[in-house]
Amino acid sequence: MNTSFSVDPAKIAPVKEFAHSSPLTTCRFDPKGTYVFAGSQDRLLIRWNLESAAKTTFEAHESWVQAIAFAPDGRTVLSGGCDGKLIWWNATDEKPRPIRTIAAHRPWVRSIAVSPDGKLAATSGTDKLVKIWSIEDGKLVQEISGHAKDVYRVVFDPKGAFLFSADLKGLVKRWDAATWKHVGDLDAAKLYHYDQGQGVDFGGVRDLAISPDGALIACSGLIEASNPLGAVHTPAIVVLDGKTNKEKLLERPKEDIKGSMWSVRFHPDGFLLAGSGGGSGGLLFTFKPDQVNETYKFSLPNILYDVDLHPDGKRIASAHYDGKLRLSAFARVKT
Amino acid sequence: MRCTYSCGSAEHVLSRRSFLGGAAALLGGAVAGASGFSPIALADSLEKKRKQILVVYLAGGSSQLETWDPKPKTDTGGPFGAIETSVPGIMISELLPRTAKLMHLMALVRGVNTHAAAVDDHGKGDYLMHTGRAQAPGQEYPRLGAVASKFLGKESDALPGYIHIAPGHGGLGRNESAFLGPRHAPLYLGNGQAPANTLRDPAIGDSADQSRQAFRRMLNDRFAKRRRSAETEAYTSTYEQAAKLMRERDVFDISKEHAADRFRYGDFDFGRHCLLARRLLEAGSTYVQCVHSNYDTHNENFAFHLEQVGEFDQGFSALLEDLHVRGRLEHTLVIVMSEFGRTPHINLYQGRDHWCKAWSIALAGCGIKKGIALGKTNARGTEVVDHEVSGGSLFHTYLSAVGLDPAGGFEVDGRPIQIAEPTATAIKELLA
Repeated sequence: MNTSFSVDPAKIAPVKEFAHSSPLTTCRFDPKGTYVFAGSQDRLLIRWNLESAAKTTFEAHESWVQAIAFAPDGRTVLSGGCDGKLIWWNATDEKPRPIRTIAAHRPWVRSIAVSPDGKLAATSGTDKLVKIWSIEDGKLVQEISGHAKDVYRVVFDPKGAFLFSADLKGLVKRWDAATWKHVGDLDAAKLYHYDQGQGVDFGGVRDLAISPDGALIACSGLIEASNPLGAVHTPAIVVLDGKTNKEKLLERPKEDIKGSMWSVRFHPDGFLLAGSGGGSGGLLFTFKPDQVNETYKFSLPNILYDVDLHPDGKRIASAHYDGKLRLSAFARVKT
Repeated sequence: MRCTYSCGSAEHVLSRRSFLGGAAALLGGAVAGASGFSPIALADSLEKKRKQILVVYLAGGSSQLETWDPKPKTDTGGPFGAIETSVPGIMISELLPRTAKLMHLMALVRGVNTHAAAVDDHGKGDYLMHTGRAQAPGQEYPRLGAVASKFLGKESDALPGYIHIAPGHGGLGRNESAFLGPRHAPLYLGNGQAPANTLRDPAIGDSADQSRQAFRRMLNDRFAKRRRSAETEAYTSTYEQAAKLMRERDVFDISKEHAADRFRYGDFDFGRHCLLARRLLEAGSTYVQCVHSNYDTHNENFAFHLEQVGEFDQGFSALLEDLHVRGRLEHTLVIVMSEFGRTPHINLYQGRDHWCKAWSIALAGCGIKKGIALGKTNARGTEVVDHEVSGGSLFHTYLSAVGLDPAGGFEVDGRPIQIAEPTATAIKELLA
């Protein structure tokens, strides 16, 4: 993939929309950049061809689909849902049928990550567990415990040496991806809130991204949760130092924005792309990793629940409550 | 402290109030309206075995779709599935696996519609579900706990008749016993802690304590001979109750329970509170209310219900099973309720809002049929299509279940007042 281009992190424009009849929960571009996939509340994995807009549905889940990940070759896609199932599919089939279905977590699969070599899939769930699966035959390779709360996100580092798992309490655990031994904790607890009056846990690491050189780890979520049950909180990102495991920076919007930072990605140009949904609607942000406030904020027409970055580094997908998959794009900059 | 309901309701103001201080504070307001009341038609319908009531209150409005009336694979159903229970044909949310095994002891009421009383408001819903009446300005009726204390309790009881185990630090700042007076007001156990000020000053020995109590009684009796009033009666009664409570202080200490039981009930506040409720019922308290907070999930309803209902399932099922195994369920009415349910519509925050048109409660125990689900909502849960019931009829049913006559009443300042809303009747299909 050519990553020598640059984009303007302060210029995003809408491109097109793909419609579905039920709220969308998550979205991912396939590694070859031909399709965008989304999960929905009506139990579907949905594929749209970016050029033709052809829509294909993958039907096998019995509940909301809320996690998607691809093998690096783009041929196999895995989906996870609130039915606890992890399902293997051929990503390009015209009439998709599940290749393999595994009861992975109870009750929900929260997240899926595929190792850079494409051999392993890591999943996390509301059962507080992380599980490692063989992509080839679906066998359970390792079950990892150690989190005290829901594990929201699992991510392999770009070299595949470590797996990171992050939970509701803002605890990020680093695991050796060869031995699966615990090799350290990172603290993103600023994203966690226990509300004494309401008696609820809230927040946590909603997404996690690692810079290409592994030096920085960005955890997205929320802060200032003055009313967790009423959706009054501020989107935020905790940037951690990958070497010292210490916090480097808390990033937040300049203005009074309400919502959760559901997604964060490192752009190949070195800045962060993040997506927020909540009381202030659906918003895309770009942040420099060393600045507290955003470089740019772009409003979308509806609240969003996930964002992904196309392999070309230009296009952005966002999954929305109104059932729309929206494509936006950075403006290119000549280098 | 304020219980922070997500919609910012002005109701539910919690205040730290110890029993000793609180009871005295209640004297001024509540007793004035209570003068001259007397039961006029409460039949001597109490059976030999002492009737008790346990209310588990899911504060904020729990979702019927994530508890008793799931609608999986519909646009309103949310992400959770439904599971079989111990009663063939009755399915409940997958979030209740332990409770599902006890469904043969329970009755579900799936056709609750409290819209007529306009209760999609926390305070009004709470009032309706505890009094069986729509809230109206200038009128105050006693809550179920106060009614139970009055008519099921005994003056000789060591524990107060109405005990309210509240999350947080205190009780609700409201007149719960109304014209029944402070003797039937709740004793609040903030976060399940023993009432404050119930330990005698260690510097005072037994002999000195007996002497000062005798002196207090003498002065009290002398005063009462000349100036006896409802206020002095209530004060004396409250003082005697407090003295009994000091002797029964260990009842509030769940560390006396086996570690295995504490584990089974759950290592979290609600689990501990359920275990405390068991101790209080076994010690003879007439009415125990155990509150689990908070279900007012306008935001991320499903993630919050996953955690909250999981706690409820563990604590409640352990308590219900113990009441059953220990033979207490036959004389203990168990009610699981909220102020209302939650909308079938899933809002843009993946939340559910207030909803009173078609929701559910659960019952078990004394006087209640076992293993039934009464009432039905339509496929999307948006309306009741069979056996619709109101808050008033539920209140009648609770009283009937414990052998009280809902048509009985009081005289307050010469005015007859029916104990339950006169236009409603008990739900016969629920009564054993």
